[in-house]
Amino acid sequence: MIRIKRAFAIALLSLSASASWAADGEAMLSSQCASCHNLTGPAPATLQALRERKGPDLFYAGNKYKAQWMVQWLQKPQRIRPAGMFYVNHVKDGAEGDAIDDGGLTAHPALAAAAAQAVTDALMQRKARDDLIRAGAYTPGTLSKSMGEMLFDKFRGCLACHEIEPGYGGLSGPEVYTAAARLQEDYIVSYLRDPQAWDPKIFMPNRHLSDSDLQKFVHYFRALGQEVKP
Amino acid sequence: MNHEIIIALLAAAAILAAPASGKESAEDNYTAYCTQCHGIHGDGKGINARDMSVQPRDHTDATAMSARSDADIFKAIKEGGVPINKSVLMPPWGDVLTDEEIHDLVRYLRKLCQCDHGN
Repeated sequence: MIRIKRAFAIALLSLSASASWAADGEAMLSSQCASCHNLTGPAPATLQALRERKGPDLFYAGNKYKAQWMVQWLQKPQRIRPAGMFYVNHVKDGAEGDAIDDGGLTAHPALAAAAAQAVTDALMQRKARDDLIRAGAYTPGTLSKSMGEMLFDKFRGCLACHEIEPGYGGLSGPEVYTAAARLQEDYIVSYLRDPQAWDPKIFMPNRHLSDSDLQKFVHYFRALGQEVKP
Repeated sequence: MNHEIIIALLAAAAILAAPASGKESAEDNYTAYCTQCHGIHGDGKGINARDMSVQPRDHTDATAMSARSDADIFKAIKEGGVPINKSVLMPPWGDVLTDEEIHDLVRYLRKLCQCDHGN
């Protein structure tokens, strides 16, 4: 009986520790993250608001990111969008055309492991826009890297704005070689189906991808992720 | 309640119900959506141009731009390059821009090239 009581007490303690972590994470979000990230929505509805956005919206983080990736990234943050959140704010004249103005790009603060876990726990609670997510929308499958690249570049033109490996591809959008590590597959399907449903003024066009293409894009990102480790 | 109050309330409701996003200017839309490939000066040298297999159109090139009708340019912006037999790298912007905004952009492009269709 004593053993059971002790086990129960330990279980209670760990539950309260986890709840307290989430509470700490929530406090950190409010005090340290809210100045750059929108934690409550809605997404920018004007170009002016888009221009003022400093970091990704996080009010649907629990529907977007993979927790395991988030914990690691917060401890060792690396740029995902080569030209920053909105390239318009970070472009200058270069020798052979436009160039990224690195001077205006700021590094994301790194968190200690416990803080990264607490913030991630709090972020995963943020599940706005459930209406846009269909659980199981992505059915795991495979696609060769060469077929994927053909689809991504030649048939749909996405390489224009996204890098498929470090140093190759467009610079205005986020790199896609880490997309499968970062993002929940069902979110990728939903976002690619209708980017403006998530972010009305975003400078990513709706390519009107077929259901089959949507699956293949995620297969391709997963294949890229196996080859290029973030 | 008299009619004036009702009309005032209806007007207020209409304002509140209107979407927050109004019409954007052609210059702002061009900057936000077009310059990533076509460049901040419209010369086709945007930050994305480096690895593109087909280089973006130079919008300041009067010869090339005058060869396209306003209707073709409108279609290319709204539906992308493929429907006018141009590159797939030019995406469709019809889900981001209204027809009115696209017409404004066509006029803006004519200013950039300082040209009209045919001359």
